[in-house]
Amino acid sequence: MSRTLSESDSKDLLGKYGIPFLPEVLVSQADQVEAALAGMTGPYAVKLCGQNISHKSERGLVRLGINGVDAVKHACQELLDTARPEDGATGVLVAPMATGLREFIAGVSVDPIFGPTIVFGVGGVLAEAIADVTVRLAPIRRYDALDMLSSLRSRSLLETFRGEPAVDLEALADLLCSLSDAAISIDGLESIDVNPVMIVNGAPVALDALVIFLAADGES
Amino acid sequence: MISNDHFRALFDPRGIVVAGASTHPGKFGFVALHNILSCGYKGEVFATNRERAEVLGRLTVADLTEIPHGKADLVFVCTPATSNPEVLRQAASVGIKAAFIASAGYGESGKAGLELQLELVELANKLDMVIVGPNGQGLVSTPSSLCAQIVAPYPPSGSIGIASQSGNFVSSFMNLSRQSGVGISRAISVGNAAQVGILDMLEYFADDPKTSVGLVYAEGISDGREFADRLENVCRQIPVVILKGGASGLGARAAASHTGSLATDDRVFAGLCRQVGATRASSVAEAFDIAAAFATLPAPRGPRLAVVTTVGGWGVLAADAVSNTSLELVDLPADLRNTLDGLLPPRWSRNNPIDLAGGETKDTVPTVLNAVVGHEDIDATLVLGMGIQSNQGRLEREGPFYPDHGLERIVAFHDRQDSRYAEVALAASVAADKPVLIASELAIGDPNNAAVAAVRSTGHYCFASAERAIVAMNRLYERTLWLDSFGPPSGER
Repeated sequence: MSRTLSESDSKDLLGKYGIPFLPEVLVSQADQVEAALAGMTGPYAVKLCGQNISHKSERGLVRLGINGVDAVKHACQELLDTARPEDGATGVLVAPMATGLREFIAGVSVDPIFGPTIVFGVGGVLAEAIADVTVRLAPIRRYDALDMLSSLRSRSLLETFRGEPAVDLEALADLLCSLSDAAISIDGLESIDVNPVMIVNGAPVALDALVIFLAADGES
Repeated sequence: MISNDHFRALFDPRGIVVAGASTHPGKFGFVALHNILSCGYKGEVFATNRERAEVLGRLTVADLTEIPHGKADLVFVCTPATSNPEVLRQAASVGIKAAFIASAGYGESGKAGLELQLELVELANKLDMVIVGPNGQGLVSTPSSLCAQIVAPYPPSGSIGIASQSGNFVSSFMNLSRQSGVGISRAISVGNAAQVGILDMLEYFADDPKTSVGLVYAEGISDGREFADRLENVCRQIPVVILKGGASGLGARAAASHTGSLATDDRVFAGLCRQVGATRASSVAEAFDIAAAFATLPAPRGPRLAVVTTVGGWGVLAADAVSNTSLELVDLPADLRNTLDGLLPPRWSRNNPIDLAGGETKDTVPTVLNAVVGHEDIDATLVLGMGIQSNQGRLEREGPFYPDHGLERIVAFHDRQDSRYAEVALAASVAADKPVLIASELAIGDPNNAAVAAVRSTGHYCFASAERAIVAMNRLYERTLWLDSFGPPSGER
């Protein structure tokens, strides 16, 4: 059995390597919401966070575009009530809502023959059907990161797009280089998902993260 | 430890022994000896046959101990697997450093065979010999006029070095070499790669002054990290073109994560190639196109491509093909446009692709080509439409009116013009030290066409289509970008 980190712990770990996450607050009770929202502007995104939760959207554990303190409190309470004991729930993540038309997926996958690899591709609901993905062995150089971006078949997504500015390629390359640092520095890694990476006003913002470790020796 | 001395013994032996020479023309031991004797090898050739039977009119010896010490460096082994340990011991005792083992019955045949294979490697290591194979088809080394293989063809000489995990792909590449005239330095099928494999060959090619580009067919890869690191080291020295067959056979991955399910074997290999500077090709034809381009053209310094065509349609397709690459179909610089205005009728395209609009007179094409290729804002030039005149000439020559009605004179003129265009294009390439690519389906449709023959006779490659030429050009440019990404080489500023 592999071991997963909660979204919040995954983000704390990867944030140290420079992955650009939103400022967000983990609350364990609905009555902490008001304090958590200080300094944030709505609308808000609210997600149940727990060590064994890896497919939040499928289970309806993500609530997006919520306006006002009361509505956020209400959503927090609902999510906490939905938690199952096996989720290992630690609370609810409250963050300002990020909006953008373009989503990418980035991550680390440990290949049985080649070791840790850096993965980058087009994200969103059609990601698996489009399968526009590029891979490199970790560590990558900055040249490789930029080459990954230009290797996408859908690289026109990185240009100005339906009223949104062109993607900051240097910032996106930074994100991939940060993942590479994480991939070679973190021991016992099985995989990292940073999904989605949303393009907000041209800048990449990582909205979710999942770090999975290999089972330690002797575990099954 | 296998050294370049071992590889010299393998590719440039002073003498060769065929172990297990056979009188039966269907046996490996006959074909190998036949091919060695038929392609001009200058060293001494020996053959063993248990009954001392004459093979191809030559005397044989019963075993290797009868061969004078130091006369041969390579043994080509066609004897049964069970005899081979003794063959290797005897070979070592007469000073032989290299063995190519064509015999089957090793790792490919199951567990017992694998056992024999491991024992053979252990023995070779102890004897300080390099062994290639077993279960390989042989090797070719044109600097030594050596065709030590159980298959055809023997290719023209050149600077492409081939290493393959399948002997049949060695033949495929060499068939294209023979067709196009772009030649081979060394070619080897590594068979089961028991002691040395693709990378060992590539590392030798990188050191080999006769080889300027590596061309590889690979299937399974075991030690991934080491493979990547060693391949990168080779790619820093020479271009490597890789055709890869088969997935790794690991099947579906555990899909605990999205990225894990997206990082398929094929994508990992594709990414690794780009990262280490190797050029991955998707077909035999594309692999050879790219290897031939590396072997015959100077490296492009930038992406700016000019297309020169005698007819419109080809230029349009070429422009489409460029849009899928890192190349740029540059706007013609004003001074070049002015120059061409003075050379061409007003209906010429006045942009890139440079469509001559059928307006060429006797000297137009050479003058235009020199102006375009030599211009400082053009990094590479693709020439389309060569061979049209001599193609009409062929129809006329084969028709019922030839040689009357002035046909003899005009047909000869067409042939001369097409030869001259090709020669001028390639001379301009050399003078400017920039790639000039010539593409025509006549490369396949009529290899004797005057333009195609002229390209071949200058040692260059006639691409079979504009699209294929552009794909190859793009890969050359990508290698330039990759090499540039490391900054200027040390010692240069």
